[in-house]
Amino acid sequence: MSESTIDVLPELKQIVGALLFAAKEPLTVKRMRKAMIETGNGFGGPYEQYAKATDQQIEGALEQLKEDLDRAKAGLSVALVAGAYRLQNDAACGPFVRALLEKNQTMRLSKPALETLAIVAYRQPCLRSEIEEVRGVSVDAVLRKLIDMQLVRVVRRSELPGRPWLFGTTQKFLEHFGINTIDDLPGSQELKRAMPAEEKKKETTGTFPDMENELNEAPADSDADESMAALDEELQTEQNAGEEKA
Amino acid sequence: MDLIKDDYKVSLEVFEGPLDLLLYLIKKDEVDIYDIPIGRITDQYMDYLQLMKVLDLNIAGDFLVMSATLMLIKSRMLLPVEERKDDQEEEEEDPRWDLVRQLVEYKKFKDAADHLEDLELHMENVFGRESEHVELGAPPDIDMRDASIFDLIASLNDALGRVQEEDLQEIFAEEYTVGQKVTYIVENLKIAKRLSITDLFGGMTSRQEIVCTFLAVLELIKLNRIACVQDAHFGDIVVEPREPEVMIDHDEEPEGGDEDSAVQEEML
Repeated sequence: MSESTIDVLPELKQIVGALLFAAKEPLTVKRMRKAMIETGNGFGGPYEQYAKATDQQIEGALEQLKEDLDRAKAGLSVALVAGAYRLQNDAACGPFVRALLEKNQTMRLSKPALETLAIVAYRQPCLRSEIEEVRGVSVDAVLRKLIDMQLVRVVRRSELPGRPWLFGTTQKFLEHFGINTIDDLPGSQELKRAMPAEEKKKETTGTFPDMENELNEAPADSDADESMAALDEELQTEQNAGEEKA
Repeated sequence: MDLIKDDYKVSLEVFEGPLDLLLYLIKKDEVDIYDIPIGRITDQYMDYLQLMKVLDLNIAGDFLVMSATLMLIKSRMLLPVEERKDDQEEEEEDPRWDLVRQLVEYKKFKDAADHLEDLELHMENVFGRESEHVELGAPPDIDMRDASIFDLIASLNDALGRVQEEDLQEIFAEEYTVGQKVTYIVENLKIAKRLSITDLFGGMTSRQEIVCTFLAVLELIKLNRIACVQDAHFGDIVVEPREPEVMIDHDEEPEGGDEDSAVQEEML
């Protein structure tokens, strides 16, 4: 290969842009890295450098791409939603896109549904009685509806007498509101932990802190040295989850 | 009244709860949430409850619990401080404190819910490569965001206040039904496009007629045929038709609707 070929080798930023464009669904950094490793190993030569790209480098490239797109006013942006990156249009252009796609009437949640959702989001995992305490009304019907909508899910049973269910928000919740994690919601630290003391004690002796950590960090953390097999396995579960969703 | 009782029972608790009503009253009177004039607020709260009974709205037990709580606080406030101390072992705490704490906390989550609402509205305009919004499992709730149920009830209260005492010597047969008033409102909106709720109640002389009209408004909101909007806080409520034939269908998402006009307004 001559030097001129090396000149055409794309930057990481270009590659992630191309991947996001080609993918029909949001992409995790892992999936992008997998594509790079496969290409790097398959093509060899100067392409091998792509196989060595770390998650941090890919994230940096995504960040760069996002800045470039914003600066260029391309009508597009890169967003991190529920642990995966996606290309999306600028909200200001939304009305035009809606007209094009004939999606003028979208579903909106009612006030009680939003209130209940806010409590579940900040206090999760939380009991129905905790929600009712804050809202001062029975939330049975609303909660059921939110579960039907797949915005709220049952996390597990609590250890309290009667073993009542604990509720939490879902991936769909993050997608619907376009956020990456619950911590992106404002004031999450203030609103989060106001659990009654005795319950807190009971809960923290259980598996709940670990579970919460898992929930929060599952999409983000990973090692650069992971073997291809481990990556594959993770992607497999990711895909399975996606299929279940569909 | 049988018709009203059986077919048009509106379950208020689906929309809002007692804390909502209290916050509404506090905001309306512009009183300090940390220093609630408990007597006045309790009276207003009871007035609303009374009104809901007139309407035969399904008053949730929660509303009654709250009225008991308010009464308790009110009576404790009347006790001299020394006696209060004997009664309770706790430090001499303001009897209102528990309620205030609850209200403040509820308010925080209400604000959090508003933020979620903003995000939701924002996301309506954002599409990914899949060109789809997240598909949620079920049809929308009744949209009561515009004018709150309490604003509506307040307007009913005004209307009822204007009615002169009925002459109770003679008893007439029932003259009005909710069904009639539904037709009346729909027909009128075809011509007027916008009706203020005061006009709607204006000229009505019997309580029954007003109550029927009010229930008809609630019913039409529920069917998504009309929307109640309020240009200013505590301002006059205006009834507007939604796009014709837009009904909440449990399988299909409604098409068109007020979004169209919203888009046009934005463009202008």
